[in-house]
Amino acid sequence: MADTIEVNGKQLAVDEEGYLANLNDWEPEVANVMAKQDNLELTPEHWEIINFLREYYEEYQIAPAVRVLTKAVGKKLGPDKGNSKYLYTLFPYGPAKQACRYAGLPKPTGCV
Amino acid sequence: MAKDTFAVPELTPYIEVPKIQPGAMAHSAPFKAKEEFQTPLGYPGERVEDWQKKAIAKMGELLGKYRSLRVYLDACVKCGACTDKCHYFLGTGDPKNMPVGRQDLMRKVYRRYFTLAGKLFPKLVGAVDLTEEVLNDWYSYYHQCSQCRRCSVFCPYGIDTAEISMAAREIMDSIGVGQKYCNEIIGKVYKVGNNLGLPGPALRDTLQGIEEDVYESTGVRVRYPIDEVGAEILLVTPSADFFAEPHIDGLIGYGKVFHEAGVSWTLSSYASEAANFGMFIGSYENMRRIALRIREAAIQLKVKRIIFGECGHAWRVAYSFLNTLAGPWDFLDPRYPVPQHICEFTYDLIQQGKLKFDKSENDDKVITFHDSCNVARASRMGDMPGGQFEIPRAIIRATCNHFYDMDEETIRDRTFCCGGGGGLLTDDLMELRVKGAKPRMDALNNVMQEKGVTHMVAICAICKTQFSKVMPYYGMEMDQVLSLHQLVSNAIVLTRRTDDEEMQDDLDDAD
Repeated sequence: MADTIEVNGKQLAVDEEGYLANLNDWEPEVANVMAKQDNLELTPEHWEIINFLREYYEEYQIAPAVRVLTKAVGKKLGPDKGNSKYLYTLFPYGPAKQACRYAGLPKPTGCV
Repeated sequence: MAKDTFAVPELTPYIEVPKIQPGAMAHSAPFKAKEEFQTPLGYPGERVEDWQKKAIAKMGELLGKYRSLRVYLDACVKCGACTDKCHYFLGTGDPKNMPVGRQDLMRKVYRRYFTLAGKLFPKLVGAVDLTEEVLNDWYSYYHQCSQCRRCSVFCPYGIDTAEISMAAREIMDSIGVGQKYCNEIIGKVYKVGNNLGLPGPALRDTLQGIEEDVYESTGVRVRYPIDEVGAEILLVTPSADFFAEPHIDGLIGYGKVFHEAGVSWTLSSYASEAANFGMFIGSYENMRRIALRIREAAIQLKVKRIIFGECGHAWRVAYSFLNTLAGPWDFLDPRYPVPQHICEFTYDLIQQGKLKFDKSENDDKVITFHDSCNVARASRMGDMPGGQFEIPRAIIRATCNHFYDMDEETIRDRTFCCGGGGGLLTDDLMELRVKGAKPRMDALNNVMQEKGVTHMVAICAICKTQFSKVMPYYGMEMDQVLSLHQLVSNAIVLTRRTDDEEMQDDLDDAD
């Protein structure tokens, strides 16, 4: 994995797992570039999640628990989408890790 | 994120010993810890200049401190009993993943520097210098041991490869060669209080959400308190229980059990982590520093008892070492063991007839149970031998109508590791994790075919995450792994109390 990604002509530093080294570097195009590396096209549904993650992080300095995320998604997009299976269809590497990476959040560590 | 490039092993009806493939996993090594993750633990930020000399000196120190380590390095007679017992060998065929092969990586260095024959005639006794190449092998293969201790069950001398791999990691850390996953996480415990880095406000938000959900689904006000001074019980649980699925369903179950028991309890934001990765890296100092947080929280919150949630290695540290690490516990209620496991607590209530269950709530599932290695082989539960095997099964039988064990060769003290224990539960080791899970997946698949099992229950945060990640590689669903207290949570019949109505008013006001 390269140590930088190119976003809007700027070189942004990332760690060995592809997470932004400086969280302040984030801009929406970061998510698009990272998704492209994973052969993924971001849809409005992806952005619902990414925006929620960023709002939650702003307040709590950590990604939301999966349950908090699914509940919020269920409220907004309907109960059939308020589950982790739906999140995995959007983010096949896992909502906690892949979506956090796109959203410019640090990687959740530990037994998760 | 790179696409997986390895072949997933095919499941087999029996444990098949694979053909030997030397070097098959030589490429596997986790990311190294950078300076920012090394220094908070007291280790050099990068590999020190005279690393070879320092590593040998550290080895000498450990040999003097841990008599067991010297015995293990001296005692092996190469009988071969361990060779086909490691899940990583069975999944990869790499001979350095045979327990004896793994031990020999350290044994050959030990002989060179600490035995007379090895000093004088190294070639005759298979002794080698600690070269760069040997160090690389150490880093790779001592991070292909989940410290599950299955091999030690079959070794006629009881050689414990886990202790050797812990010592190797401690030696490597001491010369500045640490593993990112473990060391970053330990740093987060010191800084924030748990492996995930969940600050107090995030914990409170999650717990409040759980209270609302439980009230909505049951109509009963079950509390999930945190930092409540004067509570009787301090619950210490892995931080994954606040964050991940199916872990959080277990936490919901603990709360319901406490509710029915009618005891006051609390979590602590300061000691919001049961896991103790200090053990994985073989560091007594770091293990102690993490454990002392629990002592401080217990004193601060003035609790009388300490109970641990579902976490495998945490229970080893708690059951086997907590007293010497962070004791004495003379300020706690002497009528109860220190600490207790949540399974012991639930089981005792079941024995006393204090919990009511509607087993039919779990009738959509056929359950099997995965014994977590550190619970099975490094601790006990209750007051009878084998309690750590019988108590979780008794809870399953009390809450479910359909339960079948997997093949006897793969459960209880012969259980196979999930493949992600011992500090290996990281994405950069995914190939190892998938291949190492094969023996467990074989046994699970067989009981699914033969008995119609639909779900596997575990009592360890690592096992739960590992299974939910690797099961899809084997054609299973990620939600086929459950928390034990999730079954309890589903089946428990809650008692309504007078204040349940007030909660409804609160919720209405909030809307």
